[in-house]
Amino acid sequence: MDIFGIPIQALMGQLLIGLINGSFYAILSLGLAIIFGLLNIINFAHGALYMMGAFCAWIGLNWLGLNYWVALIAVPVVVGAFGMLIERTMLKHLYKLDHLYGLLLTFGLALIIEGLFRYRFGISGESYPVPELLAGGFNLGFMFLPKYRAWVIAVSLVVCFGSWFIIERTKLGSYLRAGTENPQLLQAFGINVPLMITLTYGFGVALAAFAGVLAAPVLQVNPVMGSNLIIVVFAVVVIGGMGSIMGSIVTGLGLGLIEGLTKVFYPEASAVVIFVIMGIVLLLRPAGLFGRER
Amino acid sequence: MAKASAFTPDSEMLRVNDLHAFYGESHILHGIDFQVNRGELVTLLGRNGAGRTTTLKAILGLVGRRSGSIMINGRQVIDLPTHRIAHLGIGYCPEERGIYASLSTEENLLLPPAVNSTGMSLDEIYEMFPNLKERRNSPGSRLSGGEQQMLAMARILRTGARLLLLDEITEGLAPVIVQALGRVIAQLKEKGLTIILVEQNFRFAAPLADRHYVIEHGRIVEMVSKDELDSKMPLLQKLLGV
Repeated sequence: MDIFGIPIQALMGQLLIGLINGSFYAILSLGLAIIFGLLNIINFAHGALYMMGAFCAWIGLNWLGLNYWVALIAVPVVVGAFGMLIERTMLKHLYKLDHLYGLLLTFGLALIIEGLFRYRFGISGESYPVPELLAGGFNLGFMFLPKYRAWVIAVSLVVCFGSWFIIERTKLGSYLRAGTENPQLLQAFGINVPLMITLTYGFGVALAAFAGVLAAPVLQVNPVMGSNLIIVVFAVVVIGGMGSIMGSIVTGLGLGLIEGLTKVFYPEASAVVIFVIMGIVLLLRPAGLFGRER
Repeated sequence: MAKASAFTPDSEMLRVNDLHAFYGESHILHGIDFQVNRGELVTLLGRNGAGRTTTLKAILGLVGRRSGSIMINGRQVIDLPTHRIAHLGIGYCPEERGIYASLSTEENLLLPPAVNSTGMSLDEIYEMFPNLKERRNSPGSRLSGGEQQMLAMARILRTGARLLLLDEITEGLAPVIVQALGRVIAQLKEKGLTIILVEQNFRFAAPLADRHYVIEHGRIVEMVSKDELDSKMPLLQKLLGV
């Protein structure tokens, strides 16, 4: 069976990869949006922290004997705590300065973290086995769906929409939204805003680490995996609009799919299609598809 | 310890001594001294830029840097972080009202945590401000100016705060809404709340207030009590330039 001369198996295969990539884009850009909203910092270290998540899972498995399921919970906690340490010791001094300072500091941190992992592990990459429970796949008739890939998409959707629900529909989320709009007044109402900022950064970083653990069995665990991804994720954030939660999720998934489709119909453009879209969006809607001018 | 002994526990709610406040390099308050008794309504009068708003902000620690002494209920708060000061029972209504656009009316109302159990319940709030009940699900940004002001007041009444810092609450509102606010303030005073009012509208403030402080260039230059209002009117008019 063909669609526009493309075998449906190939089309579905690329769409699946697109959705997987889109899931990672969505989780990472969601974390970036939350952090930018409250901290006013463009967290360039996000990719390195995602890579750290994948490596911590690998280290847990190979050095400590901790399996995938333990890593899925423990790694975001550990890397999130590392993020809170960064916030308490470094980022907190930058909030009153221009965005550029936060971007430069976190860019430097990204280089240091990546450099340390390159020094220890080289750049040839390590492989992480798919957990036994999720090995194999389903034959859907028109395509073969590996169980692990279905799991990545499902759990990413749950995490993304769960985060959206918490932020937009709960009391806890109302503190986050209020803190994003006017943190001074929120503190005058008696909320410990500095603590909230630390926890929020920790949460955003934990999301990146969670994506890293999810990615470990599908992609190669490699010190440069973060820097490869983060540039695309920033393009996703620009297209979706900085600071919009739903915008980050929808744009992340959508652009993953568009990238996958481009690989099928015009593979030569697949590496640049997201940046072409970014250029067009910047010209027509500088605040992004879902963003508000601020 | 001289400051501690000057405190009279039965009546004094707030005592500010030699309060200086800075935004970056600019020195805004140059040694403010005043005190407010429990259940009193006191206004801070003065021209624009005299330091009235900054005085309220400095009490809450919302300025760049501050020094001097601020005693709330006998407790020194000059070194406390803003959120801890709020929990001593202070309700703050900022000049720009501070309604959160990304929160619904009811979310705005429920945002500040209760500081004690004496606050008004949601039902009592809605009884006092029926408009807010109708608009409970509207985003804060969709409310009219008057509704926003009612919400900003209602929000701090729910928390049980006993000392209210109200900054220009009548600014830009229609006369009928200003009258409604006057009734609300009178009710709150009857309930025994202590109120500091920064107000441009002297005709609104005069019948409500027990005492008036006039601020000029970051200092208190005059205190006028209710009884002296008639005799000191010419002086007030000169100071305020009205």
